[in-house]
Amino acid sequence: MTLKVERLVVEHGAIRALDGISFEVDAGSLAAVIGSNGAGKTTLLRTISGLKDAKLGKIFWKDREITGMKPEDLVRRGLAHVSEGKSVIPELTVRENLSLGGIWRNNKSELEESIGEVINLFPRLGERMDQRADTLSGGERQMLAIGRALASKPELLLLDEPSLGLAPLVVEQIFETISQLCRQQGITIILVEQNAMGALAIADTGIIINLGVIVAQGDAGSLVADPALKSAYLGY
Amino acid sequence: MQQLINTLLIGVSIGSIYALMALALVLVWRSTRVVNFAQAGQAILSTYIAWEVVNRSGSFLMAFILAVAIGGLIGGLVESGLMRVLLKHANEGPVAAVAPVIATLGLLAVIRAVVGLIWTNEGKRFESPVSTAGFVIGDATLPFSRLNLLIIVTAAVVMIIFSIIFQKTNLGLALRAAAYNPEIARLSGVRVATTRTIGWIFAGAAGAVAGILVSPNDSLTPNSLDTLLVFGFVAAVIGGLESLIGAVVGGLVLGVGLSFVLIYLGTSLIFPTTFVVLVLILLLKPAGLFGAKGARSA
Ligand SMILES: Nc1ncnc2c1ncn2[C@@H]1O[C@H](COP(=O)(O)OP(=O)(O)OP(=O)(O)O)[C@@H](O)[C@H]1O
Ligand SMILES: [Mg+2]
Repeated sequence: MTLKVERLVVEHGAIRALDGISFEVDAGSLAAVIGSNGAGKTTLLRTISGLKDAKLGKIFWKDREITGMKPEDLVRRGLAHVSEGKSVIPELTVRENLSLGGIWRNNKSELEESIGEVINLFPRLGERMDQRADTLSGGERQMLAIGRALASKPELLLLDEPSLGLAPLVVEQIFETISQLCRQQGITIILVEQNAMGALAIADTGIIINLGVIVAQGDAGSLVADPALKSAYLGY
Repeated sequence: MQQLINTLLIGVSIGSIYALMALALVLVWRSTRVVNFAQAGQAILSTYIAWEVVNRSGSFLMAFILAVAIGGLIGGLVESGLMRVLLKHANEGPVAAVAPVIATLGLLAVIRAVVGLIWTNEGKRFESPVSTAGFVIGDATLPFSRLNLLIIVTAAVVMIIFSIIFQKTNLGLALRAAAYNPEIARLSGVRVATTRTIGWIFAGAAGAVAGILVSPNDSLTPNSLDTLLVFGFVAAVIGGLESLIGAVVGGLVLGVGLSFVLIYLGTSLIFPTTFVVLVLILLLKPAGLFGAKGARSA
């Protein structure tokens, strides 16, 4: 176990977005979080990464409690969050967006090295280093968003709907890359998706959320095989 | 022809001072979303300090460096001591929109009063460090003087330093990222509160440079920089209020434009023209010449 969430309750004003959520994610594994619109998936990731405060409950990362810690401190502990909607700064160039990801390390050679790794992974970014991010296509922007997070050399990567608004072929590529990051580089990944089948196909475990509570969790394969879940939550 | 070039040069000289003031306002706007009226106060305090140091030491250079450093310090203190506390407590409802503006206006009044108490309200003469007599070419004396040249060079150096910091350093990247998208900046490990303070420090320093450059050969009083604040604000709006380059271009455009108005139409039209320019920009290109496509809200 590396990430542990305990009875997490999170509210937006009067709206209770998460109502007592508990789960664990093993080191080096890929967990898919599935749920329909408004289920609380984004809220969950934002609370883990420190953008949003929890009302109740606790979050542990590598055996240390991180509940209430700030995102700028958590990134220094190896946590990276690609937030919902292409998480890049459009006014900055591709290179600047990538540099931003590793800025906290304040080490030029390490930064160049991690940017090099990102370019290996996404060669198309390498060809567009000095272009402003708002000139990129949707798929390239999502690559850049993931690249920015990777430039921080994370141990835990939170991805919020990376497939949103992308063409099927690009979605496939992105999922393939996400899977590689976990399998080959050992990064622990929490992948939030509405594309349930795509996400569960590459995940080790799945967590299905509805209206702020977990309705099912377990081995990804067995979730896919469960006929009750199929019709109710997996939508196919 | 010669008249034209003169007008242009004088315009660039005064315009580069507007540009520095505009930079100060834009730096604060970008980091905090506040139009800092107190900038005129911070700058006048810095300028009086420069005046004092010049009088005691005789060294303009020392006075300049010291006053600019103190100007930065004042900016940092205003942010961390006043604005941060205020924005934390008045962050909801209509008060949130009004409180910071009132606070900077109030601070402007307080600083002016303090300056008046220390140095009296009587005009001080700020000696120019260099000759204010126009350059002589052949048998013609230009209105363009060594002081004008010093102003342009100093402002250019300050702007080059800023552009290196903002474009080439990690600090600059952090400052820009925090201004464009604080959330992504934080997720990348940028301490946004710190970048805000740094923005105010840079703004305080830029405003101090503007105050010191505009004052020589003129009478220094606790409110002698108020008009500079207005011109700086209009220049910032011309540039889109968001863009550092926009602020510089806005300042130069305004300076040159007003210089033409002054020489060809007369002094009395300076303020009306400025006002008309402001209104026209807001009507025709509300995002400024350099603003984002969308809107001013970004
Ligand atoms: N900033 C906010 N203010 C008020 N309510 C919010 C806010 N953010 C989310 N909510 C509410 O919290 C609930 C969960 O939202 P959340 O964004 O976490 O869902 P989601 O599962 O990510 O949905 P989607 O798949 O559409 O992105 C929703 O009812 C939503 O309306
Ligand atoms: Mg969401």
